[in-house]
Amino acid sequence: MNRIREFFGTFLLFELLKGMAITGRHLFHRKITVQFPDEKTPQSPRFRGLHALRRYPNGEERCIACKLCEAVCPALAITIESEARADGTRRTTRYDIDLTKCIFCGFCEESCPVDSIVETRIFEYHGERRGDLVYTKEMLLAIGDRYEEQIAKDRADDAAYR
Amino acid sequence: MESFSNFFGPTWPLVWTLAKIVAIVLPIMGCVAYLTLAERKVIGFMQVRLGPNRVTFFGIRWLGGLAQPIADALKLLTKEIIIPSGANKVLFLMAPVLSLMPALAAWAVIPFDPELVLANVDAGLLYVMAITSMGVYGVIIAGWASNSKYAFLGCLRSAAQIVSYEIAMGFALVGVLMMSHSLNLVDIVKQQQGGLGALSWNFIPLFPMFIVYLISGVAETNRAPFDVAEGESEIVAGFHVEYSGMAFAVFFLAEYANMILVSTLTAVMFLGGWLSPVPFLPDGFPWLVAKVGFVLFLFLWFRATFPRYRYDQIMRLGWKVFIPVTLVWLMVIGGWMQTPYWPWK
Repeated sequence: MNRIREFFGTFLLFELLKGMAITGRHLFHRKITVQFPDEKTPQSPRFRGLHALRRYPNGEERCIACKLCEAVCPALAITIESEARADGTRRTTRYDIDLTKCIFCGFCEESCPVDSIVETRIFEYHGERRGDLVYTKEMLLAIGDRYEEQIAKDRADDAAYR
Repeated sequence: MESFSNFFGPTWPLVWTLAKIVAIVLPIMGCVAYLTLAERKVIGFMQVRLGPNRVTFFGIRWLGGLAQPIADALKLLTKEIIIPSGANKVLFLMAPVLSLMPALAAWAVIPFDPELVLANVDAGLLYVMAITSMGVYGVIIAGWASNSKYAFLGCLRSAAQIVSYEIAMGFALVGVLMMSHSLNLVDIVKQQQGGLGALSWNFIPLFPMFIVYLISGVAETNRAPFDVAEGESEIVAGFHVEYSGMAFAVFFLAEYANMILVSTLTAVMFLGGWLSPVPFLPDGFPWLVAKVGFVLFLFLWFRATFPRYRYDQIMRLGWKVFIPVTLVWLMVIGGWMQTPYWPWK
């Protein structure tokens, strides 16, 4: 009996019509497309985008060249060279992040003892030439200076859950 | 008109014929272009997306997406046509033309209106059947000339499929012939003019054949869910895998022109062509456009709904379902017409 019912369900195209009814209903559903440059999806404070190097409020750079981030980086994207500065503190002379290698895992940020290297919410950036995506210390510090307000706010928002 | 014919002298018949061809082909090309946009929009909407809505004319916002086909055409025009090494150059370049040609040539006998038909020949239906069957040669030659195994597999599949469905399609049309006693497409439409509006069209007495014709039409044009000739997931793009630029665009044009042609034939043979569905409204060309639009929408709807048939399922459907169904219904209709209980006379 079941087989007969199945046969007629297929032969009289009931199954196909049911499928078409579903797609037909979806024709009138509200569309979920986010039209990107005009509309944006909400971001979490934990968003892991472009990197930045932060400074203390007095303008001193945070990074102490401990090289933990370089060690923890699974993609080997970070290159650090350091030297003692005139005042006796250890500072980086070179801090490069190759963004073409970076996998945005956020380990560098986790490992940093002084909250120097952070990942920001910026994800719309590009390079037009080979090497454009190797960010140097100056560039990373500039990003940090420019977005410090947002970075500090995101860290404060997330602090309760860390 | 008189002064024109004087101006062109003895070449006037040639010029006049060319003018008529252009008058039919150009609007079809426009329809093809915007059918591609309609397809992307409709399928997008059914997948709860918006579809293309960015390309505009001169940045006018509310035209969003309307210039998309033109942008696509320009892109394809500027691309290089790559001829694979080992390909048969002549056949390789001839194949797209061979597949587009029948899709356009068949329009010669399509009646848009009781008066408006390029060639009102008595064997119109036969001509259409013959010409549309030619389309498969383009696909076969493309597959063979490409010197690629994927293209070859695609063309073999397409050939087998089109041959199988042609038979069911032919039988479905025999039903139409029995109704109209004529091969002339104008007569076929005129015969559907009962006093009942839509109820006297062929699709009611020939309902199984209408369905068979519609589905065979989808199969004949190699559209989803019968697009095994393209079969992106298993044979990359099937017969047109080696084509690029304008040569590919011509295949694309042919596929969509064929869709419009099959929809128009369905409208003419089963849905009463230019006839009005209700007796109190006048007949006319807009009705044909509406019916063709409806059938085209069905094509897009099918594509948005159904997954691709497996190859053996396609063959089984063609040979073991459609042909028996049409044969049985031919018997039923034939017997029924002989009885006094035949309401469509």
